[in-house]
Amino acid sequence: MTLYDFLYYIILPILSISVILIIIRFLKGPSIVDRVIALDLIITTGIGIIAVYSIITNQPTFLDIAMILALIAFLGTVAFSYYLEKRNK
Amino acid sequence: MTEITIGILASFGAIFVLLAAVGLIRMPDTYLRISVTTKAATLGIGLLLVAAAVFFKDLSITTKVLAIILFILLTAPVSAHLIGRASYFSGVKLWKDSVLDDLEGKYDKSSHKLKSDIEEAPEKKTNQSGED
Repeated sequence: MTLYDFLYYIILPILSISVILIIIRFLKGPSIVDRVIALDLIITTGIGIIAVYSIITNQPTFLDIAMILALIAFLGTVAFSYYLEKRNK
Repeated sequence: MTEITIGILASFGAIFVLLAAVGLIRMPDTYLRISVTTKAATLGIGLLLVAAAVFFKDLSITTKVLAIILFILLTAPVSAHLIGRASYFSGVKLWKDSVLDDLEGKYDKSSHKLKSDIEEAPEKKTNQSGED
């Protein structure tokens, strides 16, 4: 079993199953805070998927997008928490 | 040898991300979910990125990966604290079996200011000095 097969048939399905579980929480979530956490975790898992995919396709350029996604996740969470606090004031 | 290292790192990273997802589903409380996702996902994503750095063996890519890991390590606790604070202020209940709520009765709901014993101590000192 080569590294390509291992990453393609084991690691990527595990990450996909995690994304599906997080989307279940995103749809179910009782409060809006749960949905914000789920969205943050989806983007963070997307960074991991990009890292594995850049290994599979031998394209290190994808890691730039991973950095931008990390920035967007942080900014999104900060903005959501800011407006949640303002809304309840 | 390099392939085995990449396989081990990627396996542990994927397992930690999966544990974070399962914790997000199974935990009974918003605050416990925040706790799970911050720690487990940070470690999992860090391991996956280190696997990518080991695979490419290039100085520029290793620097990029270290920058991403440092950014995630810096921002994950900050965003978790902010969203936990917002959820406490918006009235999300704790789990029914939670034992301790340190903030109970200590914050003002209208002004969002926290009271503590440390802030009251200097005021007494200034009052005493004024009387003297």
